[in-house]
Amino acid sequence: MTMTLMVARRLLHAFLLILAVLVLNFLLIHIAPGDPADVIAGEMGGATEEMLADIRKTYGLDKPVYVQLGVYLTRALQGDLGQSFFYNAPVLDLVAGRAGPTILLVATALLFAIFVGTMLGVLASHKPKGIVSGLVTVVSVIGYSAPIFWTGMMLVILFAWVYPIFPIANMYDITRGGGFFDRVVDILYHLVLPALTLGIVYLAQYARLTRASMLEILGSDYIRTARAKGVAEVKVYGHHALRNAILPVVTIAGLQFGSIISGAVLVETVFSWPGLGTLAFESILARDYPTILGILFFSSLLVIAANLITDLVYRLVDPRIRTGG
Amino acid sequence: MAVIESSQDIVQSQSPWREAARAFRQSWAGMLGIFILILVILFTFVGPFFYPVDPFEIIWAPLTPPGATERAPLGTDYLGRDILAGLIHGGPATLYVGLVAGIITITIGILVGAFAGFYRGMVDEFLMRITEFFQVLPALLFAMVLVTLFTPTIYVVSLAIGIVSWPTTARLTRAEFLRIRNLEYVNAARSIGAKNRRIIWRVILPNALAPLIVAATLTVGIAILFEAGLSFLGLGDPNMFSWGLMIGAGREYILDGWWVVTLPGFMIFLTVLGFSLVGDGLNDAFNPKLRER
Repeated sequence: MTMTLMVARRLLHAFLLILAVLVLNFLLIHIAPGDPADVIAGEMGGATEEMLADIRKTYGLDKPVYVQLGVYLTRALQGDLGQSFFYNAPVLDLVAGRAGPTILLVATALLFAIFVGTMLGVLASHKPKGIVSGLVTVVSVIGYSAPIFWTGMMLVILFAWVYPIFPIANMYDITRGGGFFDRVVDILYHLVLPALTLGIVYLAQYARLTRASMLEILGSDYIRTARAKGVAEVKVYGHHALRNAILPVVTIAGLQFGSIISGAVLVETVFSWPGLGTLAFESILARDYPTILGILFFSSLLVIAANLITDLVYRLVDPRIRTGG
Repeated sequence: MAVIESSQDIVQSQSPWREAARAFRQSWAGMLGIFILILVILFTFVGPFFYPVDPFEIIWAPLTPPGATERAPLGTDYLGRDILAGLIHGGPATLYVGLVAGIITITIGILVGAFAGFYRGMVDEFLMRITEFFQVLPALLFAMVLVTLFTPTIYVVSLAIGIVSWPTTARLTRAEFLRIRNLEYVNAARSIGAKNRRIIWRVILPNALAPLIVAATLTVGIAILFEAGLSFLGLGDPNMFSWGLMIGAGREYILDGWWVVTLPGFMIFLTVLGFSLVGDGLNDAFNPKLRER
């Protein structure tokens, strides 16, 4: 199969998934107890009769269900995710405005986890019974079992009282002036704790995974061959073994993207990070359904995009797939 | 050559469950996990008899630190309610949600995975597309939406957790069914005229059980974490006193008193740790290849 055809197929697949998410949103509005118009208005019982009539007309709520679905899908695909009456703004604008910080947080945490996790995993595989190995196992079991918001709160306590070095809330300091560069540094400074909280769980998992697959690969024939022909040990690890050991990490990281976004919702709430998670939290308190559904839709888009990217990265790292199709 | 004394020896050494149980007892992770879980269960189910304090009752000044008064050994929350009483009484609800949600997750997962793996073809294609779709939705956000749209009772919360977390189990079950469905004993069962239903539930499933038991143990832990997350966001059942509820209520007072959130969070951590360690131990026990490591 040619590359273009493959990409086209993946894109079509992604598009169908997007449609499915929209259909789910539509279903949720209709399954929810009460009048769909009330749900769309986002204020249970609080909306005026005039407003409800307006909603019924725009969404065709007096027409058959399939017409309603058609109207909903067409509007959504044109970028109209509805209107938030709580924030008095189009949902798309709200979501787009908050997506940047979330993507920054998730990407930083993920890259940090993959990079440091793989490094630790390689180190651990060098001495399977050593200190690093034990530490990786212990941290991964603890990280897996601790509620992520609790880990975040422990860091808040640690860095608010014991060692007040890092900021524990918000994305930047409003009172601080300075140019663009100062602002970037300030944001990175505020990013440290949230990204650490989110990253540490996955870091330990990736380290454990890398360790396991490294141990398996280091016992294989081609590694023995490489060693026998006198390849330096560093190169055996870094060049020969790691290239194969990293494949499961890429797969898992792609599969876990949805759960990382879920984690980000909690981490953002702990650190008042102004992303989609805090927006979701605020709009749930306000029962602002269009915004919540908009966030669900948009974050699913992020996952779909991440899966596409993983697919492409996988093709880059694993030549067998590239040629075999 | 070894001499076999009696047929009893063969039977004993061949029973895989017995062998797994022995391996489990030798795994330190599994035993530590069992120990932690027993401690947690004793604490929350026997605790009320020794410490009969109502967790809703205001007994002392708000935000009293631990050790400051004998009336509240672990301090009080923002309303002046006893934290220790809360820790003791909050356990059953958390464990209950974890178990119910875990059972829902495993049931949906096994049903979907079994049918997909057994029938293959169109059924498989269709079910796997649905599974994939559910994996695209960020689980916590989806559960948040479900709980917000309906009333957050303990059952809605459990059901929401189950609905968002079954895909992993489904994939695992499917993989096991695909592996087993063409083995000789399945063909044998088919050749003596066993119906599909019998083959799925009585022939294949029992042989796919080992990894599913491990997954079920881990799933309960994950469900407890999930419930804690929802409660932290204020989406738990407000009428059930749970550790998650304590965290959600105390969240805003974290800088006024570390114990308000730290202690219930620690209980959740301990419980989930217990389940993950038991899962690790079972995994070692069922997997003879890993035992050597």
